[in-house]
Amino acid sequence: MSEYQRTALYDRHVAMGGRMVPFAGYELPVQYLTGPLAEHHAVRKAAGLFDIDHMGQFILKGPDAELFLQYVQPRDVGQMKVWEAEYSFLCYSDGTFIDDIFIYRLPDEWWIIVNAANRHKDLFWLDTHIAQFDCELEDISDPTYMLALQGPQAQTVLQKLTDLDLNQVTFHTAARAKVAGIDTLIGATGYTGEYGYEMFFPEEKAVAMWESLLEAGKPEGLLACGLAARDSLRFEACLPLYGHEISASAEPVGARLSWVCDWDKGPWLGREAVLKNKLEKNGRWLVGLEMVDRGVPREHYPVAVGDEVVGWVTTGMKSPTLDKFLALAYVPSPYNKLGTELMVLIRNKPKGAKVVKRPFYLPAYRR
Amino acid sequence: MSLNYPNDVRYAKTDEWARYDGELVVVGVSDYAQDALSDVVFVELPALGDVVAAGDEVVTVESVKAAAEVVTPVSGEVVAVNAALEDTPELINTDPYGEAWFFKVKPSDLSELDALLDAAAYEAYNAEREDH
Repeated sequence: MSEYQRTALYDRHVAMGGRMVPFAGYELPVQYLTGPLAEHHAVRKAAGLFDIDHMGQFILKGPDAELFLQYVQPRDVGQMKVWEAEYSFLCYSDGTFIDDIFIYRLPDEWWIIVNAANRHKDLFWLDTHIAQFDCELEDISDPTYMLALQGPQAQTVLQKLTDLDLNQVTFHTAARAKVAGIDTLIGATGYTGEYGYEMFFPEEKAVAMWESLLEAGKPEGLLACGLAARDSLRFEACLPLYGHEISASAEPVGARLSWVCDWDKGPWLGREAVLKNKLEKNGRWLVGLEMVDRGVPREHYPVAVGDEVVGWVTTGMKSPTLDKFLALAYVPSPYNKLGTELMVLIRNKPKGAKVVKRPFYLPAYRR
Repeated sequence: MSLNYPNDVRYAKTDEWARYDGELVVVGVSDYAQDALSDVVFVELPALGDVVAAGDEVVTVESVKAAAEVVTPVSGEVVAVNAALEDTPELINTDPYGEAWFFKVKPSDLSELDALLDAAAYEAYNAEREDH
């Protein structure tokens, strides 16, 4: 028996030539026969389908659900309309990250979407603080399947399978509808920098949903996409990944995520520490780097000024869309200024790089 | 997808191939290697005139997934490098035995070629690796 969990689509992935690798406790396809670059370009130009069942989902309900959410995360969820979905994160009281999350406000409950690797840690943390609130938290990750359909043709593809007018499901909102006859929660959300959807439905329908979407998307050039394409797509859009840009040794101000925080809604876990960082930041900042010398910057490579190592790369690669060698890295002020020339130590050889604007690729929904 | 094992080259267990043309030894990586690497995005070649010994790491190949070192299966002087790979490293995925040769060596010890595997032995070796 494998020590890793398999999603309900495991056999489909293998049959499609998926190259299965361990990720966050699951065996998932890093790529299919099409290869990571073709999969990446399919999402930028047409559409891609991702098995993201490893993601965790919690339901929060009860009279105090909103109060509890206000207390455990920084966004003012009181501003969220019903059927709205927004990004946020969880912090320890010292202001470092526990996880980043997505919050869905539904008519009678809230959904919280968490990273697979952090599911049990998040649940424990939330449970630790829920006692004085009149609400309940339920982990529905196991019976709930999650797929992502992303790209400029995502709406066209999904519209073939549902009677719901998808023009009504605007960016960062959600709706319930039948998709290929399956009861589905559709969120106009994603992790690629393109328009698209993340869909939640019963696990036993996973194969039927997967096959229906692949078939419906054939004319548009939809490809099944693996973890490698998911990473290169989110990297170009500079969307953070837990364990890389955000972790228990990083904090929201340096990670450029303080825009999520509301300072007027009342106390929330981590507020004082994050606010202190915002007012007197002296740690490292997340920056974008473009290689001036040839070389592939990769995670953990040191970033140096002269002989001094000042930071490190959190994610780096050749950007498939921009055809440049790019990296996200943490460096202290004043090296975070645009245009600053730095060195990335690529297998201990210093290679020139400069600080450039983030995101590398402006997401479709920000144009 | 089945992999190609042409008979006109010999193979190292580290997945390089070598083709002796009567004067020079041309070196590249096998179809098995490019398939395992997946999409290649970067190649760093040796310099012309480098004197290399069999087993030296002389080329770095980076794919979407990872970096890999390529060793030279023969000793000698590097007398040609395929600069086209710097701009079009994807040739390694599309034509590993042809357009994607890495470098040419003026060999100093041709007997080193005898230590390499023929196509059938290399294919069998890979089949065994896949089983583990």
